[in-house]
Amino acid sequence: MKAAGVILAVAVALALQTTAARFLVRGSIAVDLVLVVVVYVALTSGPATGLLSGTFAGLAQDALSSSVIGIGGLAKTLVGFLAGIIGTQFIVTASLPRFVVFFGATVLHAVVFMGLYVLLDLRHFGAPIGAVAGQAAANAVVGVVAFQLVELLPGAVERRRAGKSRMRR
Amino acid sequence: MALLDIRQRSGSLFLAVTLGQILLISAQVNSKTGVPVIEAVTFGIFSEVQRGLSGGFAGFRHVWTGYVGLRNLKVQNDALQRDLAVAQVAVQEQRALADRAGGLARLLDMREHLALKTVAAEIIGAAATPDFRTLTIDKGTREGLKADMAIIAPAGIVGRLVVPSLRSAKVQLLVDRNAAAGAIVERTRAQGVVVGAGDDRLRMEYVSEVFDIVAGDVVVTSGIDGIYPKGFVIGRVESVEKAGGAYKRIMIKPAVDFSSLEEVLVVLTPTPARQAVEGTSE
Repeated sequence: MKAAGVILAVAVALALQTTAARFLVRGSIAVDLVLVVVVYVALTSGPATGLLSGTFAGLAQDALSSSVIGIGGLAKTLVGFLAGIIGTQFIVTASLPRFVVFFGATVLHAVVFMGLYVLLDLRHFGAPIGAVAGQAAANAVVGVVAFQLVELLPGAVERRRAGKSRMRR
Repeated sequence: MALLDIRQRSGSLFLAVTLGQILLISAQVNSKTGVPVIEAVTFGIFSEVQRGLSGGFAGFRHVWTGYVGLRNLKVQNDALQRDLAVAQVAVQEQRALADRAGGLARLLDMREHLALKTVAAEIIGAAATPDFRTLTIDKGTREGLKADMAIIAPAGIVGRLVVPSLRSAKVQLLVDRNAAAGAIVERTRAQGVVVGAGDDRLRMEYVSEVFDIVAGDVVVTSGIDGIYPKGFVIGRVESVEKAGGAYKRIMIKPAVDFSSLEEVLVVLTPTPARQAVEGTSE
């Protein structure tokens, strides 16, 4: 059941990334919604689920891009695994720690992803620090907002129901 | 029970998955034979999903902008934009014609070279990862599309076709880091290679220090790469710096706004350079 949920979340993120994201993003600051989902899953479900969701999501992205299949998978596997460990070893419930984890995860992903491409002499990235920092900040904001929404939604529904029942009385 | 066991051994699982992917990468890096089969199959399947999603998304946008917004103005604006796009393509062709007519092209049979055969395609998806600048279009091999065909828009060059499938195709944008095109500065005729800078800009390389190039100069395709037809606009020079060696460092603002593209033209007519190569290989 949980696996189906993770697959669905990754599929939705991929669909949004390939359709809506290009209309919302300008310049070099581009959100990686799939990476956000991987880190979210890792923080909420632990390292094993995190690394498996990272593997699945990364391989799917690689297969859909003109890239070497496995490089994005490897980067997201590592990120999912480490984010899962952080989620189990530290208290990551406030917005600031979550922001830091999402930011760090994006930077780590970029280092591994770009590092492997440069190492294999397949692609060169120039001076990507600004682009990576921008993407890390954007991913972190989206990730923190996603956490807030998911946590606030059940409470909001209950409050609405309680309000309606009070009105009837 | 088995799932629980896997979760308890996440370290072993991590090592196994990592090793598997390293082997996967190694297998691909060693082989240099075109598009991997797994990529072509996955792309073919997912492009159908993208087509459906794009249809739904386009429908939603259409309803929002066409009916919720100013309906009549939107319809008029669409019609005017279509007319403008047609006119801009005509201007592009005239520019290409004028360029050719100015030189030795007078000696060639113009009828063969002027009328570019194109097919219009709608964009149905973007790259799955922001590290690659690609688009998916709704035309494929069924419509006669092949790898390395040029993709243009009314404003100028968009990119080249990299992975064609039956009903869709992947386009590598000119701003992608791995993209390149033979280019020429229209005013000074300085030749070079335009490459993607990864963001929304382009970089022109191998332009000698001796050429006088200033901001605002128009850069067009040179046609020597065998992909892009000669004389089509790439963009305008944004800045020129001394690179320190024998070459200038030139940044170019693309003529095409890649983030708002919705339709493109695929050039079916092969360039003279490509025709020559294909003729030699046969």
